[in-house]
Amino acid sequence: MGKKLINDPEKVVQEMIEGIVMASNQRLEKLDGYNIIVRKDAPIEKVALISGGGSGHEPAHAAYVGEGMLDAAVAGDVFTSPTPDAIFEAVKAVDSGNGVLLIIKNYTGDLMNFEMAAEMAEAEGIEVDQVVVNDDVAVEDSLYTTGRRGVAGTVFVHKIAGAKSAQGAALKEVKRTAEKVIKNVRTKGVAINPCQLPAAEKSTFSLAEDEMEMGIGIHGESGTEKMKIKKVDQIVDSLLEDILTDLKVKSDDRVALMVNGMGGTPLMELYIANRRANQILENKGIEISKNYVGEFMTSLEMEGLSLTILKLDEDLIDLLTAETEINLLK
Amino acid sequence: MARKAKELFIKTADIIIENKNYLTELDAAIGDGDHGVNLARGFNKLKEKLKAESFESRSELFKLTAMTLISNVGGASGPLYGTAFLNISKVISENELSLDDLIDISEEAIAGIQKRGKAEAGEKTMLDTIIPAAESLKNSRANNLDLNTALNNCLQAAAEGMENTIEMQATKGRASYLGERSIGHQDPGATSAYLMIKTFIENSLK
Repeated sequence: MGKKLINDPEKVVQEMIEGIVMASNQRLEKLDGYNIIVRKDAPIEKVALISGGGSGHEPAHAAYVGEGMLDAAVAGDVFTSPTPDAIFEAVKAVDSGNGVLLIIKNYTGDLMNFEMAAEMAEAEGIEVDQVVVNDDVAVEDSLYTTGRRGVAGTVFVHKIAGAKSAQGAALKEVKRTAEKVIKNVRTKGVAINPCQLPAAEKSTFSLAEDEMEMGIGIHGESGTEKMKIKKVDQIVDSLLEDILTDLKVKSDDRVALMVNGMGGTPLMELYIANRRANQILENKGIEISKNYVGEFMTSLEMEGLSLTILKLDEDLIDLLTAETEINLLK
Repeated sequence: MARKAKELFIKTADIIIENKNYLTELDAAIGDGDHGVNLARGFNKLKEKLKAESFESRSELFKLTAMTLISNVGGASGPLYGTAFLNISKVISENELSLDDLIDISEEAIAGIQKRGKAEAGEKTMLDTIIPAAESLKNSRANNLDLNTALNNCLQAAAEGMENTIEMQATKGRASYLGERSIGHQDPGATSAYLMIKTFIENSLK
């Protein structure tokens, strides 16, 4: 069993949420009896945005609650969707009468629980709509599968839909903007070491000393292909090629680039990857309007990284760079 | 009647809790390794509630089970099992259950799971245990078999259904991300469904 700096595997989420609230300088609060973070000034006279999902992806989603981004984040157990009653509590806490948009990552469990919560909210007369993020190009997109996973690209949806709702847009418009981001964002990741759930006795998958796993998700699930580890430049080349092809990015396009650490990767390595990604994009004549490097959507202590490209137009650039109190997305 | 059913639910909870690590290991192979942990959390909570309360009817008991699982399990299995039990609570008879009753119950459970999960047979999910079990009950009725024989056959069909998931490629749920690499592993959801059916049947045989 691996080592963890925890007290009790059953209490990791609750204790983490309490710690996040304490670190928020009075900006955030925890809803009594639930692992939900809400803005202290909620409900605010605008469309409310809620995201959530399993825990273990910190800073997602709790750190994205604040002015210019989310109104609430619902934290499930580690890698486990939150339950409908909890999501419904979050909806009630942030709805100002202008409606609520649920930002869901495309996982079977998340979809079901959020869908049940939306049914509960509608029964109470609260206007709720949803978008489903599915940016992971590693998964084949097909009518006959669960479809692509929602991963780090979700953070751009929070930022841009958050800016749109802060401008006072109606629920329908905020949703349309969120869907535009989803249509234009793609991610692919790699891991060189897996992660271990606090309550489990073994790692989620195993890799030999000299192996890496391409196409990993953010739940310690195995990726699409195991192979001998390569130099990071070669890894970045391969990840970017899949993303750019899928997204049909051409020269003169403007993009945001995110190099995201999976939880156990030194910043040094992320910057080295970022260097290569910049070189490739520059060579292809693609303009990087915004470049983010750091941890945005992790998978516990997994060692690895993901690259995310968001194709931008004037409208999206304005919203992406609009003011927010969330430092990570400034 | 409700008291006997309550004992049965406590036994089911014990079996799931006992198999927490086994289910989690199966899930680690093709999912994210939390199926046993999540179900055990929900069934522990259920046991607590069952021990603290008494029930007038089976319907009430199934409803409480559904709501407890929905609000404590999380993941996909919470809504799936929760909706199945909720659907059953709407139709379950308060009298001695006949083969017809069992068929109705199994059809309601399947309808609930399909409403949430939108899966069909053969996609490497819990339905691959439950659908063959339900089909077996219907075959037994068509062949005029007695209830005990029908239950025995049903248990066997459930076991075979579960084992058949080993060779299937997952097209629903988190295992579907693995594509062909999901082949060769028994589905954790099909396994937990089998454990529940097994406990129900073994404790109902006369």
